[in-house]
Formats: sequence, C-alpha cells, structure tokens
Amino acid sequence: MTLAIHRLLAGGSPSPEAIDAFLAEHSFPLAEGRTTMTFVYRGEADAVYLQHFIYGLPTAQPFTRVEGTDLWYHVLELPPGSRMQYKLKVVRGDEERLILDPLNDEQARDPYGANSVCHSPGAGRPAWTHPDPEARPGTLRPFTVDSDAFGEARAVQVYLPARFRASRRYPLLVVHDGSDYLRYSDLKTVLDNLIHRLEVAPLVVALSDARERLEEYPDNPRHARFVSEELVPRLEAELPLLGDPAARGLMGASFGGVASLACAWRYPRRFDRLLLQSGSFVFTDIGDHDRGPVFDPVVRFMNAFREAPGRPSDKVFVGCGTYERLIYENRSLVPLLQDAGMAVRFVETRDGHNWANWRDQLREALSWLFPGPLWMVYE
Amino acid sequence: MSSRTIVLLGPQRLHPNLAAAVDACCAGGQIAAVTAGWQEREEEDQELRDHLGRKVVNLMLHRRGEEVFAEDRELFLAHRARQDELRELQRLYRLRLDYALAPARRLLRRRRGTPRLLISARASAIEAVRSLDREHLSVIRAVHRDYQRRVRPTRRPAVARHRRELQKILADCSAVAIAGGHVAVLLNRLRLFGLGRLIAGRTIFAWSAGAMALSERVVLFHDSPPQGAGNPEVLEAGLGLVRGLVLLPHARRRLRLGDAPRVALFARRFAPAVCLTLDEGAHLDGDGRRWQASDSVEQLVAGGGVEPFPGCGA
Repeated sequence: MTLAIHRLLAGGSPSPEAIDAFLAEHSFPLAEGRTTMTFVYRGEADAVYLQHFIYGLPTAQPFTRVEGTDLWYHVLELPPGSRMQYKLKVVRGDEERLILDPLNDEQARDPYGANSVCHSPGAGRPAWTHPDPEARPGTLRPFTVDSDAFGEARAVQVYLPARFRASRRYPLLVVHDGSDYLRYSDLKTVLDNLIHRLEVAPLVVALSDARERLEEYPDNPRHARFVSEELVPRLEAELPLLGDPAARGLMGASFGGVASLACAWRYPRRFDRLLLQSGSFVFTDIGDHDRGPVFDPVVRFMNAFREAPGRPSDKVFVGCGTYERLIYENRSLVPLLQDAGMAVRFVETRDGHNWANWRDQLREALSWLFPGPLWMVYE
Repeated sequence: MSSRTIVLLGPQRLHPNLAAAVDACCAGGQIAAVTAGWQEREEEDQELRDHLGRKVVNLMLHRRGEEVFAEDRELFLAHRARQDELRELQRLYRLRLDYALAPARRLLRRRRGTPRLLISARASAIEAVRSLDREHLSVIRAVHRDYQRRVRPTRRPAVARHRRELQKILADCSAVAIAGGHVAVLLNRLRLFGLGRLIAGRTIFAWSAGAMALSERVVLFHDSPPQGAGNPEVLEAGLGLVRGLVLLPHARRRLRLGDAPRVALFARRFAPAVCLTLDEGAHLDGDGRRWQASDSVEQLVAGGGVEPFPGCGA
C-alpha cells in the first residue's frame, strides 16, 4: 500500500497549492490500512514531535520535514483497536510549545487540560457514551456527611436513576473522584444510557471527591472509615437502598482504584462489587520501588495485601490500558484475586491511563457487576 | 370488527399508535388496562390514560398478586417453588442450548463443501435445536399443569375474590389493553388470575411484552447483550391467544437483522410460526389466527433476510 503522504511526495517537493489540496482532501491523523496513521503539521518550525503517552514507545517521536516546504509528517504503526492521546511539540528557536493537533478536532479532556485523540480502525467512541435523547435522565442531588473520620463535613453528589421511587430498593455504587468521572468520563450520560437500555440495573451512585487524593486514597484508614462507617450508613438510612453486600460497590481509577481495593480490604465483604480501573497497584517483591515518594503508601498497602489478601469482596472487575505502565501490576493482581476466591473479570484495552478509556470500559464493567433486566423487559 | 379482534402493536413510549388503534375498533366505552409488566410502577399509568383520552380502569394485577400472596401463604410458597423449578429448568436448557446452537450457526455460515451435504447437515443441526426447544416447552407446560392440578389457584378464596372483581370490571369495558414490561412478571400475573380465560373473545390491544405474553411461545432475544451469549431462548408457554407468531418487539435494536445466517436460524428454528418484528409504529390485527399488518411489520425469512409481512391465515 502506498500511503497518501508518499503519493504526495512522489513527484518531489509539492507546491503550496498541492499541500492545500492534500490537507483539504483528508482528515488527520490519516488512517490507512488497519494500522498505519499519518500525522501532519503545517507551519514554520525547527522541529516537530509527536508527544504521546503510550508506555513502551519513545515519548517524543520526530516528524519529518518535507524539503522546501512548511509541511511536516510522521507515520506511526498503531495496532487495530488502539486509541492514543497526544500533543504536538513544536520547536522554534529556543521556544518549545506543546499544542493540540490543529488538524484534529477530536479531543479528550482531563484535569490537566486536553489532548488530541487518535484511534486506529475499530477504536471509535461507543454510541452509548453520547447523550441519547430517548434515555430518561437521572438526577444529581447534593448530599453532605458530617465526618468524624475527617473532622469536617464532606459533600458528595448522589445520582438517582430516572423514575426513582422511594418504594423500591436500589443497589449502591460509591465512586471515587466522582466529579472527574462526571466531567471527563461523562458518567451521568453513561448511567442514563445504560439504565435506559436495561443493560445496567437502576442504581444509586454516590460520587465522592477527596480533598487530598494522594493522601486519602492509598489505604488511608480515615478514608476507609469515612466510606464504610459514615457515608454508606448515612445513604442507607436516607435512601431506599438494598443494603446488601452484593448490592454495594466501590469504584475508582488510578489512585481511586487503590482506595476502592483498600477500603474493601479493611472492611471485608462489606462491598461485594468492585470496579477497579487502571489501579495504581504498585508493589515490590524485593528492594525499593522507583515511582517516587507519593507511591510509598501504595506500595506498603499492596505488599501487605499481596501477603494476606483475605477475601475482601466477591466480584471484581479489573480494567487497564495495555499502553500504560500499570498494566503489569494490574495483570499480576488478577490471579491473586482469583486465588482469594473472588470472581474476576479482567479487561485490557489498547488505550492509555485516561478518562476516555475508563469511560469506554463502563458498559462491560457495570453490566457485569449490576446486570440490568435487558433479557426480560420489552417495553 | 368483531369482538374477537386482537391488535398487536410495537413499543408505545415515543410515538404511540394505541389510541388510533383503539378508536378504530371501539366506538366508545372504557378500556381495562394491564400494566403488571411495569411491576412496582404499575400505577403510573397517567401517560397511557392521557394518550387514550377515554376512561381507563387499571386491573392492577401486580398489586393484586402481592395481596394474594400476603393473604394465602400456602399459595405463595407453592408459587415460589414453581418459579424456582422453572428457573432451574431454564438454566439447564440454556446450558444445552449453547451447545446445540453452535453447530447450527457454524453450518449456516459455512460456504465450502458439497451443497447437498451441507443442506442436510444444516437441517439436522437446526432440528436438534427445535427438538430441544420443544422438549423444554413441553417440560414447562407439564410443570404448569402439575401446579394447576395441585394448587388450583383460581379456586382459592384469595384469588377467586379478585377474579370476581376482575370479571365485573371487564364486563363494563369494551376492550383490554396489555402493556409491555417484564414479560415473565406479566405472564405470571396473567396466569395467576386466569386472565387468559377472562379476556378470550374480547377485543385486546397488546404491545411489546404484552403481545409476547399472548403468543404460544415467549422467546427472549437480544443479539448483542453486554453479557452472555445472546442466544434466543424459549422462556415460557404464553397464553396462546395469538397463534402461529413469534413476536419480536424492538427487533431493530435488539437483533442484527443484517446478519443473514443469524436471521435464517431464527426463522427456521421457530417455523412454521412466523417471526415478526414489532418496532415502533407496527400494527397487526386479526382474530388470533389470521393477521393483517402495517407496512412496518416485517418477517424473518428462512433465506436470512427480512421482508414485509403480507399477513397470513386468510
């Protein structure tokens, strides 16, 4: 297969008009075949790099300048079904700028800003993550818990499913970094859609946020106490919840995954549903870790957990991106959980450590942990 | 139309066509509604009332069922034991179905080989699935017969009292409207109160799960569920007021109608019954055996496609 960029260059340096036509004719990054992606940048620069977050590839990949023009390109082989977030680093003189790809409208936001998104064939955003006008919307309500564990009032948001009724009883899912899940993983839209499609049971979701997540999430006893002894009992006292371990879940990504597992470990069989996404489950078999001091409490917890996992939960969904460094820790967690007698669903995606990845795992995860009445209901 | 009209419709939530169907069949009179498939939301029928624009009496079968079970513990325990047995039967059937469907699917996708041999092998594989379905349905019917013989639910005072009330309500109604929802719950409540007999011969409007419950076989289906194999399965014997049809609400959303081998297997597995899509706007009317349909009703055909349903039984 001759790539479009190579066809453009076949006759030597293209004219500005030919470059204009080339850019107008294609969308970028240009996917050709099942795996080849061509990135293009046009503008004056001394160097241009593709700056991405795929673990295992050099982080900055240099573009090639087309002789005698202001056109730059880079060809990358990306396995089918892959998604990559990236920026362009444009170097001019002493100045280095990290910019979104001007030729690519697809972006993903996170707490640090936004990235451009590129995906190879088969890795588009699922339809169920977009707002569906037919889906009845649930509601978000503020909820405050006076916490002895933290010595202050903690605010959470509570998602109530569409057609919520006080006379019915619902499962409960507690989500770490709830506001980020709402903002960057479209969690409310996803819940509305999956419940509407009957794929997930109508459930109540408590969206909690930490003040200092790096301190509170890695096996902090105050956090576990807050969730298990304060937040959940208050919710169960005030809302029609099933109050059964099999109808109680914890969910989180990255350090939020650690918080979920640690909380379940400290309060075994209180939460029989765990949804752990790209958990920062760093451990050591011998010697020190190399992830920096913020991971010290994580490693302490994971080493203790690996030593004596007990049986903290019953069903655990573990999801992780193949292109993140944490894939090795997540893979090694699976047999440990299974040996401890838990039902484990492990899903790897060709994606990175990001909110879009976590969003797109939610259908498989939630429908497994909290299955809806899809098979039986024909409305 | 005669008083034996049965009208089957597609989903009613977004673009309902129930009122037009009712107005065309019933000059006046109130409608008896069954919304038991909505379970605890049974009473939330205001949208239905507004849409029909005429007096509606909800038969409240779900609530009546709860009352009966609270009053008659022996019946409740017998009912629960039967449901447990049916659930176990379903699990065993699913296990066998998984293995029976695999070769049928593979053979329907296979292109190479001697056509004569392939055709024969396909027929045998499909017959194995049909045989399993028949056996399953036969066992289910036996469980129901045994339950009826032992428990005689409609003769028990708690049920009989409600039945008399229902009979009285129905006598004042010109038609019955049966909504969709949870098909097993709906069927359970219809069966508990022997509603099949009470409404037979009346004008009936039914949509989605309501239509499925009236048929001879209730077939559950979804080709792309987020969990599980997505094997269509026979759940139950329906009330049998609708003959010769397998009804598929939300077919466009739930089935991969462009997947020819899958569609062919569906159609051949349940033949001679006709598998019909019941999507929004669908309208079928008949007397239980003979049917006329709107353009949007399609049938799954043995060749692996869907075609407009021309009607049948004329």
